[in-house]
Amino acid sequence: MAEVILHRAAPRRWQIGVAAMPYLLAGPAFALMLLLLIGPVLTVLLLSFTDYQLGAPGFGFIGLENYTELAGEKVFWKSLGNTLAYVGVVVPAAVGLGLGVAMLIESGRSWRAFYRAAFFVPVMATLIAMAITWEFMLHPQFGLINLMLKPLGLAPQNWLNDPKLALWVLAGIGIWQSFGFNMVLFLAGIVSIPKHLYEAAEMDGARSGWDRFRLVTWPMLGPVTMFVVVITAIRSFQVFDTVHALTKGGPVKATEVLLYTMYAEGFEFLRSGYAAAIAVVFLVFVLILTVIKARLLDRKVHYG
Amino acid sequence: MNTHSSFLRATLRHGVLLAGVAVVLLPFAWMIATSLKPDAEIFISEIRWWPQTLHVVENYSQAFTRAPLARFLLNGVIVTVSIFALQVLVALPAAYALAKLRFRGREALFALVLLCLLIPPHAIAVPLFLLFHHLGILDSYAALIVPWVISVFGIFLMRQFFMTVPDDLIDAARMDGMSEFAIVWRVMLPTAIPAITAFGIFSVIAHWNDYFWPLIALNSEQYYTPPLGVISFRNQEAGTSYGPLMAAATVIIAPLVVAFLVAQRRFIEGIAFTGLK
Repeated sequence: MAEVILHRAAPRRWQIGVAAMPYLLAGPAFALMLLLLIGPVLTVLLLSFTDYQLGAPGFGFIGLENYTELAGEKVFWKSLGNTLAYVGVVVPAAVGLGLGVAMLIESGRSWRAFYRAAFFVPVMATLIAMAITWEFMLHPQFGLINLMLKPLGLAPQNWLNDPKLALWVLAGIGIWQSFGFNMVLFLAGIVSIPKHLYEAAEMDGARSGWDRFRLVTWPMLGPVTMFVVVITAIRSFQVFDTVHALTKGGPVKATEVLLYTMYAEGFEFLRSGYAAAIAVVFLVFVLILTVIKARLLDRKVHYG
Repeated sequence: MNTHSSFLRATLRHGVLLAGVAVVLLPFAWMIATSLKPDAEIFISEIRWWPQTLHVVENYSQAFTRAPLARFLLNGVIVTVSIFALQVLVALPAAYALAKLRFRGREALFALVLLCLLIPPHAIAVPLFLLFHHLGILDSYAALIVPWVISVFGIFLMRQFFMTVPDDLIDAARMDGMSEFAIVWRVMLPTAIPAITAFGIFSVIAHWNDYFWPLIALNSEQYYTPPLGVISFRNQEAGTSYGPLMAAATVIIAPLVVAFLVAQRRFIEGIAFTGLK
């Protein structure tokens, strides 16, 4: 009602402008969305049905050939398998550690800010710079890790050059880098659990810390946990930096992961069409996870 | 609960957490320790945390002279600041229109924003690369900045924030004869400072640390951002001079880590809040 009156009170000149105004304000964003997001997604789909190669004189539509080639390519399956194995290790470890550390921090009053900050540092430190540091720490001869294992009587390892170890070493770096982020989300979740629930549980005979966790904390953190699992999966699915910097997919393709394969095909061998097909596979996986996440977020909003 | 068991419990808590902190911070400690050492104390088969001869000046000055480290840092600042400024310039008016103006197509536009939120940037690297190739803008600052000027996440975040701003504020501004543009920048922007700060922290961290896109978009060292710079320094030294290399790594992570330690709470809130992305 007030708005109607206002509109009438406003000078005419302003009213004419007002009809076009929303489009002027949102126009640039709309145009850029089409040019830099929607357009490229459609292009990547189209490209995946072509034999486009950067620098080649022409190209043609080849239907599903890129996909059938992918399906018959051992490296692709290796790459997909490695990516899923990486995700399969990083997700439970980074979620478990994030939850464990958050619970420990919240179980007392002292030094909370210090612990929270310390565990969070790897999340924001430039991963590439830290990857180089890890590479040096994993040096077979002069690396800190092997030097620390020696007094324990453990044999030195060639961490990044051993096909049996390399992927798990990269997963270890991934866990180290990401669990602090999960810790912060869990801390927020724990703080929002109403205190009276613990009191009620105690009246019902929940005496031990484990009982309190089992009966109150864990069920109350359910939605947060689901959410953390999904975003950790999305993030670890995109593993690339450490692979490119430390192993280049080797040794013998032991650390070949999806984004790295796409990068090598698309930007080293310039096989754009083939790389686009890998990008589409990547997109499908990430989209599924992202839709799950969006669903969870919606639900969280309703709860909150 | 008696004092004895609560003391035991506190000791256990601190014991486990401190051990965890030690493990998590170990790479940082070793990076800094190595950046202080001469080669002779780096290539030894024993753990030495504090060097017998300090090589601080040598290592750090070599990091800045053997590779154009200052240039890399400057590029990092140019790129992250430009990206953030342009993101706000594009997102804020759109968010205002979506939250506070009524127009045909508003719902469709918002649906498009939500749809774009689903797109992982890695998946569209190939077409963006081809587009930039044909436009002839690969290997430039523009190549580093342009793909990120549209942040649908920023639009979404600001729109949610603007929904909570009372309409009276905007009506009052209109009564004062302010144009819609003026309202966006002189009324909405100031109210949105907390959301913009959180988004800014998120944006700067993401693009200071980004490795994937600069790796694709660049050839010339003169445009290298810090992550590309430190990798090219490593490749060119080929594992022979870890002192200067660790010094370079320390310098590159220092700005964000120092800023984080100064404004911890803001950073953690900003990242946890925007990290929902």
